Amino acid sequence: MGRNGNSNTAAGGQPPAVELINLNKFFGHVHANKDVCMTVERGTIHGIVGENGAGKSTMMGMLYGFYQASSGRIRINGREVKIKSPTHAIKQGIGMVHQHFMLVEPFSVLENVILGAEQGGLIKTSMDHARKELDRLGREYGLEVDPDARVGDLPVGLQQRVEILKALYRGAETLILDEPTGVLTPQEADQLFRMLDTLRSQGRTVILITHKLREIMEITDTVSIMRHGTMVAHRTTSETSKEELAELMVGRKVLLEVDKTEATPGEPVLALDGVGFVDDTGVSRLEDISFTIRAGEILGIAGVSGNGQSELLEVLFGVSKVREGTISYHGKPIAGPGKHTNSLGMHGLGVGHVAEDRHRTGMVMDFTAAENIILGYHNNPEINGPILMDLKKVDDLCRDYMEKFDVRPQDPSLLATGFSGGNQQKIVLAREIERDPDLLLVGQPTRGVDIGAIEFIHKQIIELRDRGKGVLLVSVELDEIMSLADRILVIFDGRIVGEVAGGEADERTLGLMMAGIDPTREAQGEVA
Amino acid sequence: MNDILMHLVLVADATVRMSTPLILAALAGLCSERAAVIDIGLEGKMLGGAFVAGTVSYMTGSVWLGLMAAIVASVLLALLHGFACITHRGNQVVSGMAINIVVAGLAPTLGHALFHINGDTPSLPASARFMSITLPGADFFRDVPLLGPLYSELISGHNLLTYLTFALIPFVAWMLYKTRFGLRLRAVGENPEAVDTAGISVEWLRYRAVMIAGVLCGIAGASLSTALGASFIRDMTAGKGYLALAAMIFGKWKPKLTVIACLLFAFTDALQARLQGVELPIVGEIPVQFIIMLPYVMTVILLAGFVGKVVAPKADGIPYVKER
Amino acid sequence: MAQSKLPGWVNAGLIPALNLLTAFFVSGLVILAMGENPIDAFGYLIYGAFGYEQAIGYTLFYATNFVFTGLAVAVAFHCYLFNIGGEGQAYIGGLGIGLVCLYLGDLPFWAILPLTVIGGALFGAAWAAIPAYLQAKRGSHIVITTIMFNFIGSSVMTFLLVEWLKKPGSQLPETSHFPDQTWMPKMWELAEKFGIKMAHSPLNLSLIIALLCCVGVWFFIWRTRWGYEMRAVGRNPDAAVYGGISPAKSIMIAMLISGGLAGLVGLNELMGVQHRVIINFTNGYGFVGIAIALMGRNHPVGIFFAALLMGALFQGGSEVAFEMPNITRDMIWTIQGFVILFTGALEHMYRSRLEKIFIRKDAEGTV
Repeated sequence: MGRNGNSNTAAGGQPPAVELINLNKFFGHVHANKDVCMTVERGTIHGIVGENGAGKSTMMGMLYGFYQASSGRIRINGREVKIKSPTHAIKQGIGMVHQHFMLVEPFSVLENVILGAEQGGLIKTSMDHARKELDRLGREYGLEVDPDARVGDLPVGLQQRVEILKALYRGAETLILDEPTGVLTPQEADQLFRMLDTLRSQGRTVILITHKLREIMEITDTVSIMRHGTMVAHRTTSETSKEELAELMVGRKVLLEVDKTEATPGEPVLALDGVGFVDDTGVSRLEDISFTIRAGEILGIAGVSGNGQSELLEVLFGVSKVREGTISYHGKPIAGPGKHTNSLGMHGLGVGHVAEDRHRTGMVMDFTAAENIILGYHNNPEINGPILMDLKKVDDLCRDYMEKFDVRPQDPSLLATGFSGGNQQKIVLAREIERDPDLLLVGQPTRGVDIGAIEFIHKQIIELRDRGKGVLLVSVELDEIMSLADRILVIFDGRIVGEVAGGEADERTLGLMMAGIDPTREAQGEVA
Repeated sequence: MNDILMHLVLVADATVRMSTPLILAALAGLCSERAAVIDIGLEGKMLGGAFVAGTVSYMTGSVWLGLMAAIVASVLLALLHGFACITHRGNQVVSGMAINIVVAGLAPTLGHALFHINGDTPSLPASARFMSITLPGADFFRDVPLLGPLYSELISGHNLLTYLTFALIPFVAWMLYKTRFGLRLRAVGENPEAVDTAGISVEWLRYRAVMIAGVLCGIAGASLSTALGASFIRDMTAGKGYLALAAMIFGKWKPKLTVIACLLFAFTDALQARLQGVELPIVGEIPVQFIIMLPYVMTVILLAGFVGKVVAPKADGIPYVKER
Repeated sequence: MAQSKLPGWVNAGLIPALNLLTAFFVSGLVILAMGENPIDAFGYLIYGAFGYEQAIGYTLFYATNFVFTGLAVAVAFHCYLFNIGGEGQAYIGGLGIGLVCLYLGDLPFWAILPLTVIGGALFGAAWAAIPAYLQAKRGSHIVITTIMFNFIGSSVMTFLLVEWLKKPGSQLPETSHFPDQTWMPKMWELAEKFGIKMAHSPLNLSLIIALLCCVGVWFFIWRTRWGYEMRAVGRNPDAAVYGGISPAKSIMIAMLISGGLAGLVGLNELMGVQHRVIINFTNGYGFVGIAIALMGRNHPVGIFFAALLMGALFQGGSEVAFEMPNITRDMIWTIQGFVILFTGALEHMYRSRLEKIFIRKDAEGTV
C-alpha cells in the first residue's frame, strides 16, 4: 500500500476519511478503472479531475455503492468496508450530489428528502421529523428552502440545495459532488464553495469532481488526476497549476488558449430587432432581443443554462415562432409575427445549425452515420432523387466528410451510437459546415467532447469565420466563449443585459452580468 | 314523477353493479401505471380470473375458493407481464397484448377440455356464487318516500364483491398517498433513478405494483363469472379491460377521478340495456349498436384532449436501465 | 433499440428462431396438459398445412391475409407507432370493397380490380385517419385510440349489415352476393388457362397483390425520402423537427398506408371467397398482423415467411382440432399469443447468453 502524493493533513493523527486501494472495475471486457488508489484526508476538500470517460464516475460509483469493484479495497475512517449498495454507502456516512439531480419533480421538497429515509410505514412521522431537521440544516448551512414547494417548480440552484440537504439529512460525513457548478452562475458557485468551506471547518470531508480547473485551484486542498481509467497523479493544490493539471489530464501540452487573428467583420448577415418569444405554458422566454451578426465575426452568447439561449437558437432556426419583433437575413425580414420560417427554409437560405444537444436534436442515434449526414438535407435535389434516394451518393458524401473532419472509425454504415462523443459532434459539424452556410448557429459545441476533439472543433469554427461567414456561438462554458468570440453578449432572464468586446472580457464582469447584476453598480458600492 | 325516480334509481343500481369489474380493473391499471409499468393486459387478467373463478367454484362448490384461485391466476399472469417488462425490459404494450391473446385462446381451450360446452363453464348454483345481500332494514324502509328506494334498491342488494370494491377504493387511495410504499411507488413512476440512488430496489417496487394489479384484476374477473354472472362465457370481458384503461386516463391516474370515470362508463352500459326498443322524443329509437359504441367514442373524445390535458406518470412505459 | 454487438445473422435469424421455438415449446406443454401428445399434434399440423396440394393452397390463402395485416403493422412500427387497429381497418376496408363490387359490379373485372384495391385501401386508411390525426396533432396515444376504433368499427359494421346493407328478404347480417365479374380469379383457374393442373383451393390473385405490396413497402421504407423521414420521426421526433421533417405529416402517412394495407384483406376474403360482405369476416386477422410484424422483424421478407408460418398454423390447426377432440381452434390463438410474447416482449431473453458466447469468440482485438 503506501501513501500517495504529498498531503498536509489538517486532522492530525486521524485516519483518512476515504481510502481507495487498488480498485479495479471491469464492465465486460472494458477495464474502466485500473488499480486506482486515492486517499482523502478528513476535513479536506479533495478534487478529482479528468476528461469525459476518464473513469471518475466509475470510481465514485464504487464508493457510493452503485458498482462493486472487481478487485481492491475501500477503507472509511481507517476501517475496511464493503459497500454493496447506496444504502451501505449512506450508512458509512457517504452522501452524493449527482450531476443530474435525483429528484421527483411532482413531489414536494419534504417528500423528496424523506424518500428512502422514511421512518415507519406511514409517512406522516417522517414528514414531521424532516420538517424540523430541514429547518435546522437550512439555518446552519445557509441552505434555506421552502419544504412544501413543488421541486419541479424550483429554479435549478434551489434544486441543487435540496440534493445537498438530502445528503446532510442522512448524516453524510463525506460529501461527493459531481460537476456541481455546471448549472450555477459564478456567484451561486461562490455561495456553494462557501458552504463547502463551512463543512470543511466542521471536520467533514468533501470530494469534488469537476473538469473546471479554475475551481480546483480555488477551493481544493488536494487533487487527483485521472486519465484513461488510471489514477495518473496526486497533487497538493497549492503546489500545482492549471497548466500542469491540464497536461496531466490529457498527457501532453494543451493549448488552453485558441490561436486566432483579429476579426474583420463585413456586411450584417443576421439582424434581430425587438424579438420576443413566449413558450407553450405562456411564460415569456425572450424579451426585446436586438443584435446583429456580421459576416466574418463570431458572436458569443454567454449565460447560465436556462436563461433563454436555447429558445433563442430555436427561434433563429425556425423551430419556434417569434411572438414580436423581426429577424432579418441579409437585410430581408424572414420571421416576425405572422411570418414564420422553418428549419427547411433556414437550410435553404444557407443557415446551418449545430444543435445544443446532439443526442436529442442533432442526430438520430439509431441511424447510421450516412443517414445522419443528410438529416435536414435529405430533400436536397443534389443529394436525392424525386422519389427514390441515391444511397450511393449519400455514402460517398459521408466518406468525404469523415475524411475531412477526421471522424473515426470512417464507417458510414456504423450507427451513431458507435461513435465517441467527439466524433459524433464532428459528424454534425461536418454536415452543417460542408453545406457552406453563410451563417452558422452553434450551441454547446464541445459538450461531452474530449480535449483533442475540442481543439479541432474550435479550429473549424474559427476557420469558418475567417472564410467570411457569420457564427453565433451559444455556450455555458465561459472559457470557450471568451477564447472564441469576437464580441460577447450576455443573456439573463430572456434579455440581453450586456455587451463586451472579446478581447476585453473578464470573468468577474461577465459573471455578474450572467447573474443579472449590473457590474457598474457593483463596482461603485458593495465589496463582494 | 315517482316512476322516473324509480327508473333513475334502478339505472343507478345497475350502474353500481356493472361498475364493479371496471373499478377494480381501473384501480389495478392505476397502481401499475403509477409505478410506470403500462398494463394493457387488464383484459387478459380479468378474463383469466373469470375463467378460473367459474371453473374452481363449480368444481369445489365454494365461491371463496373460486375467488382465491382467480386471484392466484391473475397474479401469475401479472408476474409474467412483470417478468417480461421489468426483468427483461420488453415492450410493455406488446407484452400486455400477448397476454390478452394467450388468455383469450387458453381459457376456452381449457374450458372445452374440461366441460365440453364450447369453452364456457357450467352454470353455477346460487350456493357457489356471490348473491345479493340485503342490508338490515332494507325491506322495512322500502316505502319511505325518496330515501327508501335509495337505500333498499341502490345501497342494499349488491353482492359482496361490489361492497368490497367500494371499500377498496379509499384503501387504495390511502395506500398511495399516506404510506411509505405508496410514496416510493409514485416516485418510481416519475423518476426511477432517484429511487435507485436512494437505495431502493426499482424492480422489486414495480413487481409489487404489478402484483397488486394482479390481485385487483383477479377479483374483477371473479366478479364477472360469480357475482354479475353465473358462469364463465368465452370473451366475456368484451373490452372492459380497455375501458378500464380509458377510465384511468380519464381520471388522470388519480383514484377518485378514475372511479368517477368508471361509473360514467358503467352508466352508459346500464343505459344501453334500458334504452333498447325505447322510442325517445325527437331522435326516435337509437340503434342498439350506437349505445354500445358510446363508451368507446367517449374515450376517443377524451383522448383527443377536449376534456383537458392528459399527463401520464413521467417514466410510464420506459424500462429502467441503470445508466452508468 | 441499441446496437447489438452480435453478428447480423444471429440478430436476424437465430434469436427469432429461438424465440419461436420457445413459443412452440410452451404451447406443447399446454397441449400436454390437456392430455394430448404434442409431437402428434405437431405432426398433424405439418400434414394439415403442407401434406397435400390442396392444403398448401389453403395455407397460402391464409398467408395472403397475414401479409396484408403484417405489412400494415410493420409500416406503422417503422414510425414507432403501434397500430392495433388493423382489425377495424380491415373490416371497414372490406366495406369499401363491398360497395365497389355491389354498385360498380357491371364493369369488366380488369376495371373492377383497381377500383376495389383503391376502395379497400381508401376505406381502411380512412378508419386509421382519425386515430392518426389525434396522435399527430393532439398526442393521443395511438394504442388506445386504435383499440377503441376496433370496437367502434365493429358496432358500425353490425349496424350497417343489419340495417342498411342487408340483403333484402334475408335474416342474416350480410350483403347481397357480388356479381360474377367481381369474383377474384382463383389460382387453380388461372393455372388451368395455362394448361397446368392445380388442386382446387381458395388461393387467388390477391396473393400476387400481396407480394407486390411487399415490394412496394420495401421501396417505400428504405428507398424513398418519406420512408426516411418516417423512420427518423419514429426514432427521434425532436431531431426530425430540427431536420425540417414534420412529425405530424410522417405519422399521418405511416398510419394511412398502414390502414390502407389492412383494408386490402377484403380482396382475399370477400372478393376471393365470400363474394359478399359478412359479419366479422376479419376473424382476428388484424391481431395476427401484430404477431407477423414482430416475427418478421418489420421487414417484408421476414413478414412473408412469418405469414407463411402463421398460415400453416391456421390451416394445420384445423387438422389438429379435427384429429384431437380435446383441442379446439382456440388453441391457435394461444399459440399465437405465445409467439407474440416470446418474439415481441421477451425477445431479448436469450440475448445476454448469446452475447457471452459470441463475444468471447471475438475477444481479441475489437473489445
